[in-house]
Amino acid sequence: MLIDHPLLGPRDAAEFVYLGDACLIDRPDWTADDAMERFHDYGYVRDNPADEHRELWFHEQGDRSWLVVTRNVSTHEILRVELARDVALERGQDG
Amino acid sequence: MSQVNRISGGQIDRGTELKFRFNGKWMTGHPGDTLASALIANGQKLVGRSFKYHRPRGIFTAGPEEPNALVELRDKAHREPNTRATMVELFDGLWATSQNHRGSLEHDLLAVNDWFAPFLSAGFYYKTFMWPKAFWEKVYEPIIRSAAGLGRLSMQDDPDTYDKGFLHCDLLVIGSGPSGLTAALVAARSGARVILADEDFRMGGRLNSETLDLGGMPGSDWAAQAVSELSGMDNVRLMSRTAVYGAYDHGIYGALERCTDHLASSDGKPRQILWRIYSKRAVLAAGSTERPIAFANNDRPGLMLAGAVRSYVNRFGVTPAEDVAVFTNNDDGWRTAKDLAEKGVHVAAIIDTRDRAPLFSLPDARIHMGAAVRDTVGRKGMKSAILTNGQVIPCGALAVSGGWNPNVHLTCHQRGKPVWRDDICAFVPGNALPVGMVVAGAANGQMTLAAALNEGADAARKQLEELGVVAAEYDPPQAEDEPRECAAFWHLANDKKRAWLDLQNDVTVKDVKIANAEGYRSVELLKRYTTLGMATDQGKTSNIAGLAVLAEESGKTIPEVGTTIFRPPYTPVPIGALAGRSRGKDFRPYRLTPSHRWAEAHGASFVEVGNWLRAEWYTQPGEKGWRDSVDREARMTRQSVGICDVTTLGKIDIQGRDAGAFLDKVYSNTFSTLPVGKVRYGLMLREDGMCYDDGTTARLGDTHYVMTTTTANAVLVYRRLEFARQCLWPDMDVHLISVTDGWAQFAVAGPNSRALLRKIVDQEHDISNDAFPFMACGEITACGGVPARLFRISFSGELAYEIAVPSRYGNAMVAALMAAGQEFNAVPYGTEALGVMRIEKGHCTGNELNGQTTAHSIGLGKMVSQKKECIGNVLSQRHALIAEDVERLVGLRPVDRGRGLIAGSHFIAKGASKKMANDQGWITSVAYSPNLGHSIGLGFLKRGHERMGEIVRAVSPIHGTEMDVEIVSAHFVDPDGERLRG
Repeated sequence: MLIDHPLLGPRDAAEFVYLGDACLIDRPDWTADDAMERFHDYGYVRDNPADEHRELWFHEQGDRSWLVVTRNVSTHEILRVELARDVALERGQDG
Repeated sequence: MSQVNRISGGQIDRGTELKFRFNGKWMTGHPGDTLASALIANGQKLVGRSFKYHRPRGIFTAGPEEPNALVELRDKAHREPNTRATMVELFDGLWATSQNHRGSLEHDLLAVNDWFAPFLSAGFYYKTFMWPKAFWEKVYEPIIRSAAGLGRLSMQDDPDTYDKGFLHCDLLVIGSGPSGLTAALVAARSGARVILADEDFRMGGRLNSETLDLGGMPGSDWAAQAVSELSGMDNVRLMSRTAVYGAYDHGIYGALERCTDHLASSDGKPRQILWRIYSKRAVLAAGSTERPIAFANNDRPGLMLAGAVRSYVNRFGVTPAEDVAVFTNNDDGWRTAKDLAEKGVHVAAIIDTRDRAPLFSLPDARIHMGAAVRDTVGRKGMKSAILTNGQVIPCGALAVSGGWNPNVHLTCHQRGKPVWRDDICAFVPGNALPVGMVVAGAANGQMTLAAALNEGADAARKQLEELGVVAAEYDPPQAEDEPRECAAFWHLANDKKRAWLDLQNDVTVKDVKIANAEGYRSVELLKRYTTLGMATDQGKTSNIAGLAVLAEESGKTIPEVGTTIFRPPYTPVPIGALAGRSRGKDFRPYRLTPSHRWAEAHGASFVEVGNWLRAEWYTQPGEKGWRDSVDREARMTRQSVGICDVTTLGKIDIQGRDAGAFLDKVYSNTFSTLPVGKVRYGLMLREDGMCYDDGTTARLGDTHYVMTTTTANAVLVYRRLEFARQCLWPDMDVHLISVTDGWAQFAVAGPNSRALLRKIVDQEHDISNDAFPFMACGEITACGGVPARLFRISFSGELAYEIAVPSRYGNAMVAALMAAGQEFNAVPYGTEALGVMRIEKGHCTGNELNGQTTAHSIGLGKMVSQKKECIGNVLSQRHALIAEDVERLVGLRPVDRGRGLIAGSHFIAKGASKKMANDQGWITSVAYSPNLGHSIGLGFLKRGHERMGEIVRAVSPIHGTEMDVEIVSAHFVDPDGERLRG
């Protein structure tokens, strides 16, 4: 597969390490009353869609960017590639 | 033997004679021959034995689809089994032997299987070798194993080298037949970057095998002209001998180039190259493959596909026999008769299953319309064909054509499904093609020459348009659309005799019928139950007829039955080529520590830790075993001073205004409060609350920390920190870089470590206990100005330091430390002594932090802050993880001090029976403590922290051992930590 890195252009998938569902960016609030429940879901509960899937890839043999790759997991068509940091900033994650 | 079957013409160099050996017999051929064509020239009909029944077999095709003529090539370590003789280019000195027979090829002892055929039908394994049960392992399997398989491996290392390569192009053209050549010409003349690949050594595809005229010249001449034009263009890469074997995602293709297989010796060059081709667009012009018709005894040597006969006659100038009969269900088969006659070979008969007027007549050739061959005679070579009308046709060879199948394989590698076309009785590519691929010519069901030429050019134009390249003007050469009508005639029913579908796997019509009758009606199940379409040829000649029989038996149509899934590779790819240079130690190269050369010169034995080679101990003269060395190193370190290379620990440089706050997130304990010039032990959790990694982190400045990780997790921790930085806390001002390889680091441990370092560290740096206390750190210089970092940390529990210098000084530094340590009898120590000393101090490593344990269970529960946000702290509080009765870290010693503890033993309370229900924990680490004089260990025991002094049983059913063990504190040496603060 080829992943069109937003900064570096098309790169072979072999340069990357796959992590999983991009929902891992949405880390729960640790101070919430139901934090235990939320962290349980965050750690263990995943959707398993057949088609479009947003997922995290790490450009380990490259610039060490984490990317959010939107991929059709049935056809491997890659629909969108974003810097994970940009995605996280948009969602208002903060320290 | 002379070349009795050599006839005129062909694209071979008759001026040069090549000598080769087959089964030890010398034969001759010419450049341009394949091994198959040379064997035919020399009259060698019998070339191998079939897989199951050991039936005599001859050459069946002239291409990659060959099921029969599998041979072993070359000798000794170079021996290569299961090579298709039809794909082997002849060279002087070639050495080939037939395979799959016991005794000689002519008198194969295992041919007895042919008589047992009634017992060896589909599924015989599962039905026959059932009882008695004990016979399977002792009797049946050894017999089957020795009989199974085709060629033999050399059982030696492959002496050849293989490479991998990467190529990029605008347009990849797969196949160099008529449509491939016109596609390549259009794209090349338009200036696109073109790769044209073909697995044959001579480009031109079927044009080289046919006598059709093209633009007023023979097709093979036109092909040579086109190839010559392409070879002169800078934007074209011609790759002959290159099989494109797989279509992968996003326009990536796998290709195998056979670089030196046609030479007597590789002469140091790579034998084959596995290419990964990145194409923007591709034209698949893979052509088509002819299929046979099934009838009784249709596997005799001398029975050959009709198109293959044309290849041998036209391209190689050989004939399979003096008189040849042709059996066909289509127009194309007639061309074989015509080409044979033109070369002066006697055509004994033309038998056509269609009840229609003959296409033409030939003098001396008997023509039977509406008839078929129903049986053959001649065990080791065709003697005659028996027709359905009772006629017997004497012939030395029988050319059979059942029609042609488009080579759709690569169109299906992304799960595309081919679709059936009634007019050509074959599957053609469906709509769901791999991204960027267009199919042209026979591969797309365009079975005639003019249509193929035009479609190739059109396909290239379409691809160029999508690439935004203006296509150059190009008119394909004039050619005719030859007649290609075909009838759906697959096999002749015959209940008494076997009619072969799959020659390679000995699958007959009857086997398919049995499979269907027994319920294996899915085509995928049929394949697995009967082995139809398996092995090196993957059913290229056999699959469609198999589907036809299954369809007939199950009352379905062929498209309803469907095909099995086509997967890469299209043709066999040697494991050696897939491995490339990644063989032996190059598969996983070692990382060497900066002091490796020094260690080698001083008696070190090495152990693999991750990819690293670390010294495990240093053998001194007179030491008889490893324990002697390890005991001495551990004892001397505690008595005086020892030196150990700890470079392999991961080192991560962390800088930025929020560096401290960031560390608070990723460690369970707090680092933002750490003063500059201090080091702290840190514990990392996984998000699920289990222990992940530990190490020390030093604060070198307000905005600058250096973290260490365990050796094994260096890469993973770094990856995780980048995830935390970019995905979880993207607002933070913090940056990371791995500096593991940048710094050589040495532990200097023992009561004399300060005195030793005083001689190394430059005088202006005060390292007295007051100025540089336990857990201090600083940037210093050593050995007269070498930049260095000094950390007062201790894994051994002694007064100890770690000193880091840029890696290039590593080897010099270990020598300097040892020279300075001479007056103290300093010793280098390895990972074993390091392990002994950490167990003596109760420190955890990978044995304890194995993913099953928590901060609570290793006694560090208080280090998990609940006052701040950090990875893992929420789930670390799950009830079951912090319950009172979970396993806790304890120290252990055997009640009988003379015995050695065994790691992996489980704890059973005294008096309780040895079963899982009574399991109370396990031993993780053991060592002989030279300082205590007996075996010690660490382990996890339920409520262990409350059970000091208790005696439990340590049981290892694997070792068959049991012993009484006393539960003690994990801190065996200097429990109050006075030494390391001294």
